[in-house]
Amino acid sequence: MLSFIARRLGLLIPTFFGVTLLTFALIRMIPGDPVEVMMGERRVDPVMHAEAMERLGLNKPLYAQYLDYIGQLAQGDLGQSLRTRESVWSEFLTLFPATVELALAALLFAGSLGLIAGVVAALKRGSLFDHGVMGISLAGYSMPIFWWGLLLIMFFSVWLGWTPVSGRIDLLYDIQPVTGFMLIDSLLSGEEGAFVDALRHLILPAIVLGTIPLAVIARMTRSAMLEVLREDYVRTARAKGLSPARVVFVHGLRNALIPVLTVFGLQVGALLAGAVLTETIFSWPGIGKWLIESIGARDYPVVQNGILLIACLVILVNFVVDILYGLANPRIRHQR
Amino acid sequence: MKLLDIKNLSVRFGDANAVPVVDGLDLSVDKGEVLAIVGESGSGKSVTMLALMGLIDPPGVVSADNLQFDGTDMLRLKGRQRRRIVGKDLAMIFQDPMTALNPSYTVGFQIEEVLRQHLQLSAKAARRRALQLLERVEIPAAESRLDAYPHQLSGGMSQRVAIAMAIAAEPKLLIADEPTTALDVTIQAQIMELLLDLQREQDMGLVLITHDLAVVAETAQRVCVMYAGQAVEVGVVPGLFDAPAHPYTEALLKAIPEHSLGARRLATLPGIVPGRFDRPHGCLLAPRCPYAQSNCQAQRPTLDPQVRGAVRCFYPLNQEVA
Amino acid sequence: MTATTTPLDQALLYPSPLKEFWQAFAHNKGAVAGMLFMVLLVFCALFAPWLAPFDPSEQFREFMLTPPAWLEGGQWQFLLGTDELGRDLLSRLIHGARLSLLIGLASVVLSLLPGILLGLIAGFFPRLLGPSIMRLMDIMLALPSLLLAVAIVAILGPGLINTIFAIAIVSLPSYVRLTRAAVLGELNRDYVTAARLAGASLPRLMLVTVLPNCMAPLIVQATLSFSSAILDAAALGFLGLGVQPPTPEWGTMLASARDYIERAWWVVTLPGLTILLSVLAINLMGDGLRDALDPKLKNAV
Repeated sequence: MLSFIARRLGLLIPTFFGVTLLTFALIRMIPGDPVEVMMGERRVDPVMHAEAMERLGLNKPLYAQYLDYIGQLAQGDLGQSLRTRESVWSEFLTLFPATVELALAALLFAGSLGLIAGVVAALKRGSLFDHGVMGISLAGYSMPIFWWGLLLIMFFSVWLGWTPVSGRIDLLYDIQPVTGFMLIDSLLSGEEGAFVDALRHLILPAIVLGTIPLAVIARMTRSAMLEVLREDYVRTARAKGLSPARVVFVHGLRNALIPVLTVFGLQVGALLAGAVLTETIFSWPGIGKWLIESIGARDYPVVQNGILLIACLVILVNFVVDILYGLANPRIRHQR
Repeated sequence: MKLLDIKNLSVRFGDANAVPVVDGLDLSVDKGEVLAIVGESGSGKSVTMLALMGLIDPPGVVSADNLQFDGTDMLRLKGRQRRRIVGKDLAMIFQDPMTALNPSYTVGFQIEEVLRQHLQLSAKAARRRALQLLERVEIPAAESRLDAYPHQLSGGMSQRVAIAMAIAAEPKLLIADEPTTALDVTIQAQIMELLLDLQREQDMGLVLITHDLAVVAETAQRVCVMYAGQAVEVGVVPGLFDAPAHPYTEALLKAIPEHSLGARRLATLPGIVPGRFDRPHGCLLAPRCPYAQSNCQAQRPTLDPQVRGAVRCFYPLNQEVA
Repeated sequence: MTATTTPLDQALLYPSPLKEFWQAFAHNKGAVAGMLFMVLLVFCALFAPWLAPFDPSEQFREFMLTPPAWLEGGQWQFLLGTDELGRDLLSRLIHGARLSLLIGLASVVLSLLPGILLGLIAGFFPRLLGPSIMRLMDIMLALPSLLLAVAIVAILGPGLINTIFAIAIVSLPSYVRLTRAAVLGELNRDYVTAARLAGASLPRLMLVTVLPNCMAPLIVQATLSFSSAILDAAALGFLGLGVQPPTPEWGTMLASARDYIERAWWVVTLPGLTILLSVLAINLMGDGLRDALDPKLKNAV
């Protein structure tokens, strides 16, 4: 198992350097003069311009610039936001838990509902329920989630008034960030009703963000389950006289989970992309909204290293999924 | 009382008009008896046994006048009652051991599962018993194999594990569905020997589904020959081998290479098994039968007693009393 | 070759591949429905100036936020109502079809061609060139496609051309991977060896011998990435990074409709519904194509 992890870890390093190369190149593709862009003003004084070029290391050859960039990263220096003058890393850290909270809630929603729907659809193949699940999941898969979010807001917030329109918690509550997770912090604060309010804020964004993963997971679970139920070992399990529940869940689902897990992992990347849209719609103060606002404000250090951080996050999550995949599938684990 | 007594078993896939895969089959097995079922692929051998185990899913429909195992009519049992018998008193081994074991669980888990389900053993006791079972089926280094996954085992090993799983709760009847077909020739004999050892040791009934007549000659006491879903001849060994009564049995025997020693070509039966759309009106073998008469085309024969056993033919062979 | 041909027994002729494909495709009702909707969409896009009742940017100041015609306060001249500036929604949606299909088509072509080329190269040169191309693609895949598109547009600036460009870049890796995998599968086949022994040049081997046998998954992928291109373009527009207003792009229309969510449900609902239906139609078609062209892929998501 350890060598399996080590092997996967080895694959991670070149990918990481590749991503730094990408973010490095990205920022240099900005049309126009880099100093003017960085300073956010036109016609910079020539002396200051030269000074800035020197300071930013932009007069060095490209490879040296890249090495500088890597050097900075190695020291944990991700630069400063042009807007707030705060370090990119500390901004990221304050906003990141909000995104994680949202993403976890979405995955929980998509994973639990998707698995159940997929398994039941597979067991009742060809039934009305099966057709319904497949139809809805196809629609979910094709859903423009930014519109879906607006639709839900219109219905549940504007018309029914059940859920708030935006944010993580009502401004009435003064919650001290301890863990950064609003659900936990609101409980810790001891303020009455804070937790429920946080939950009400979370529910719509989580549904919106979870919609596409839900569709994908339900579809994948169904097809994996159908495949597995045809396998010889399921027949063996039934010949042992095991209960249908045990046959389906212990012998069937366990094996069907292997491809589902892969899809699950692939969805995490899509989830972060979806978070950009979801957070924008619901004014959810996470890294997605941060990134879009920074782009709007031409805050390039944030854009550059924010993208780097998100990419690293995706790589890391995929790595974890890979490990989980190994755990779930003995055949992979024992490869060479 | 017979251990297994099947009367007029039919299995169809689809509605009542569908051509039956098993068609009015009668079969019985005594305690401690080895019965071989032989026939071509698709003749309904496996489906018969799957029907007994209750493993036929819709659209498959099973019907029978009697499907009695150990005094209970299996057809009238529902879910939980059936599962108390299946896997315990009635166990089955399948053809391809490489796919019959669950790839996600260890060998030990899959054996212990049976013990815990049917004998209510504790985890510890189940593991001890599983180890004994692995040793009994002659798996070397059994202790470490308990924690092995199926993909780490060879085909022969996997089949031994499958056998250990099947005999775990000491069944009264073991069904082995072509247990050696998927294995190397060198392993086949070992597995057969193991099965017969266990059968004698535990005094189990054994139904051996196979198309290897050489194996049948060495192991079985009685043989049922199936063709297109029907039993065409039931007889004892070695009588059936010396004097087959049904033309189809004769053709099967002639197709064994040993019988054709010296001949230039192996004897074959021309034609193929009738399919869904060309099922003959009369005797199902008539289109392929070298002895067929005109009434063979028109009427369907029934399985009738003859000198040694029973045969489904108007003109049985070898009827002179020896 | 003589001019006289002997009459052939028609029953012995196999159906032409096209006919066979059509039979398999037509069997799938969803796929046919999807195709019909697409035909309608293409028709709208081609003849938008003649079909649309008004110019998409013509503002009727006295009819701002008019509800659809069948509702109270609706006007029959504005069948689907008007937006916040009094522009006819139906006309804007019809013209929007133009943009979405243009973006989809252009980005698919722009990524398909280089993708196939890179994939062929990666498959044919497995020593040095192949792995380096694949590493590069892995890196691009490390970022979720929409985020990469956002990043590219953030750098290049918003607009139609940059949107197309960003989406094309983003969908490149899947074509490269798919082509390479298909090429590697075909390279060991005997017919390739035979062509090699017959002295086929490398370009001929790549383009004439191997490529046609790799087309089925590529066609399916092209369909699917067409739908995600439309979706991504709309998302970029919604984020204000895509096609800029007043151009009637569906996503951009939604972005400006957000403020009227409490007063005018139609300006929020209709553009999104159009996106959903278009994407759904293409996905249905893609499913049908996949089943008809490449049964092996049936269970892939």
